Amino acid sequence: MAADQSNDAGRADDTDTENTDTAVTRDVAGGEDAPAPAGRTDLRRALAGVPPEPGAAKPDPVLTVDGVTRTFGGLRAVDVAHVEFQRGAITGLIGPNGAGKTTLFNLLTGFDKADSGSWVHEGEPLQSLPPHRVARRGVVRTFQLTKALAGMTVMENMKLGATGQRGESFFGALFTGWGAQEREITERARTLLSRFNLDAKAGDLAGSLSGGQRKLLEMARALMMNPKVVMLDEPMAGVNPALTQSLLGHVKSLRDEGMTVVFVEHDMDVIRDISDWVVVMAQGQVIAEGPPEELSSNQAVVDAYLGAHHDQVLEFDDEGNPVGETAELVAEMEAEEIGADAPAPETPASDASTPDAPTSDEEKRA
Amino acid sequence: MIDFGQLLTVGISQLIGPSAIFFALLALGLNIHFGYTGLLNFGQIGFALVGAYGMGISVANYGAPLWLGVLIGMACGVVMALVLGIPTLRLRADYLAIVTIAASEILRLVTRSTSQTEFTGGTQGLTGFGDSFAALNPFTQPSYTILGLEIRGPDLWAILMGWTVVALCVLLTWLLVRSPWGRVIKAIREDEDAARALGKNVFAYKMQALALGGVFGALGGIVLALATQSLTPDFYSPPQTFFAYAALILGGAGRVLGPVIGAMLFWFLLSVADAFLRQATAGENPLLPFISSQDVGAIRFVLVGLFLGLMMVFRPQGIFGRRREVLGDGR
Repeated sequence: MAADQSNDAGRADDTDTENTDTAVTRDVAGGEDAPAPAGRTDLRRALAGVPPEPGAAKPDPVLTVDGVTRTFGGLRAVDVAHVEFQRGAITGLIGPNGAGKTTLFNLLTGFDKADSGSWVHEGEPLQSLPPHRVARRGVVRTFQLTKALAGMTVMENMKLGATGQRGESFFGALFTGWGAQEREITERARTLLSRFNLDAKAGDLAGSLSGGQRKLLEMARALMMNPKVVMLDEPMAGVNPALTQSLLGHVKSLRDEGMTVVFVEHDMDVIRDISDWVVVMAQGQVIAEGPPEELSSNQAVVDAYLGAHHDQVLEFDDEGNPVGETAELVAEMEAEEIGADAPAPETPASDASTPDAPTSDEEKRA
Repeated sequence: MIDFGQLLTVGISQLIGPSAIFFALLALGLNIHFGYTGLLNFGQIGFALVGAYGMGISVANYGAPLWLGVLIGMACGVVMALVLGIPTLRLRADYLAIVTIAASEILRLVTRSTSQTEFTGGTQGLTGFGDSFAALNPFTQPSYTILGLEIRGPDLWAILMGWTVVALCVLLTWLLVRSPWGRVIKAIREDEDAARALGKNVFAYKMQALALGGVFGALGGIVLALATQSLTPDFYSPPQTFFAYAALILGGAGRVLGPVIGAMLFWFLLSVADAFLRQATAGENPLLPFISSQDVGAIRFVLVGLFLGLMMVFRPQGIFGRRREVLGDGR
């Protein structure tokens, strides 16, 4: 119930903060903290009651993920027992390289096939749908390596995002009057482009845009689909710091319009700045969840990023053998390794001993 | 001395002749496949074969009326697209290329095989399928003179019908590529995953594009069979596909008129080179004494190949193409 209220508030908010929307963006660009819109306060209040532990139930989940696994050879790239994503919130998904964040994105949006598991969006299962159907249901993604359609103009890129076009079917293109719909779409595209400061580029080929502008275009294009859930895969990667601020503003404005945002990011400052909730992954599993402020005090997160024994001074003798506490630690880790091996023989031993070793799913995706 | 008048006459008659029509239709199909959707079809000649034989067999063996035969030929193009597309269009682009070139060779070998002689006429080919087409010919005089060119009545009829088919295919292409449908197939050419992420059923669009281009190819086979009144399997050999590609790239891939102009120019250049070399190697005191007249057939392809090579260096987008689109990064 609480969630319904927050949702309504968010929507009501939408209409009267229409002009402040851009103002928020500008403020952020200026480096000042903008006051959070009323909808967000409600949202934070709703999320405040959620226990900060992996797999915590949310008051109003828009996307619920259960038992998703994906293995590449012997490597279990994704093994998520349970995660819920709160409606209307910005959820940051973080974790070291190879944690399985992008693989999870690929699975949830149908770009990769899960070995097992289910995920439900608005009561409808998505796990057996091909990517284009997932997108049509309102779960729209962007890519880490931006996929601007380089040989087409910015405007054509935008128009492609519009759904339900009569002229997109073979016979519809020939025998229906799609002109009126096309004008409508063009108008909507123009509005979105000016919001993302790309209106001057409408006639240019997308290939001539800078990296940051391509990220903006990809986001604007996704919005042409009127998505319910926007999944952004590293929206800030390769973008210069000045543009990062404006991109962050745009991500926030998606939430302020009632969309749910899930995004992958490495930069902790960015996560703290815009996310309402953070899910931390490591070695394919969700190891922690919670509001962004509590992240740095979470032992599991610190361990995943820095290694479990990062604060210990390692001691060796002249021959390079570990001595003292370090020797105990090595013995402990070796014991763990053997223990980890026994129940899951298909897992390579190196997995258990090196939590931050880059796993191959990132490479495979690339 | 070189008779330039004769060179020009030969060139112009090839510019509008049945070969140019045939390759224009093949290249129009490849333009849909390669130019707009990014599909690598290396077996376009196979589509022409099934079109021509679909029409030829139904008319000559089963006495179907010509219009029905043409429709059957076109339907054969669609069926071939489905058979080749269903297993390969979900895979990477190279698989379609391998499968299409293999299929076109298999089709040629099957049609020429002696076991099929009753059905396809074997290496002798089919005859008697074009009688009703010839009967419809309104140009009853033995020959006509148009702009100084002497054209036989039946040829004029075939050329006229051929270019009408080309014009209809160009019109269809133009209507489609300016529509949202065309936008989607161009997006698939640029990046399939992006199109998928935007809710487009990439497989269905690729299938439609493969079938449409295949029908254009089938029409090419039908038109050439009717124009030349002959249908022999060995004409449908793999190099023909690559001549069509040469025509497409010469004219400019991804442009509506590129393949038509490219095919006309390709045959113009080829026949002018041929006529020139024949004149230059013949007679008492040949201009090029170091070339024998037997080599002319091969050397004309060398010259055209050289021309295409230079074209790729100085104008990679072809005559009509947009340079920025071809170079990819838009800069």
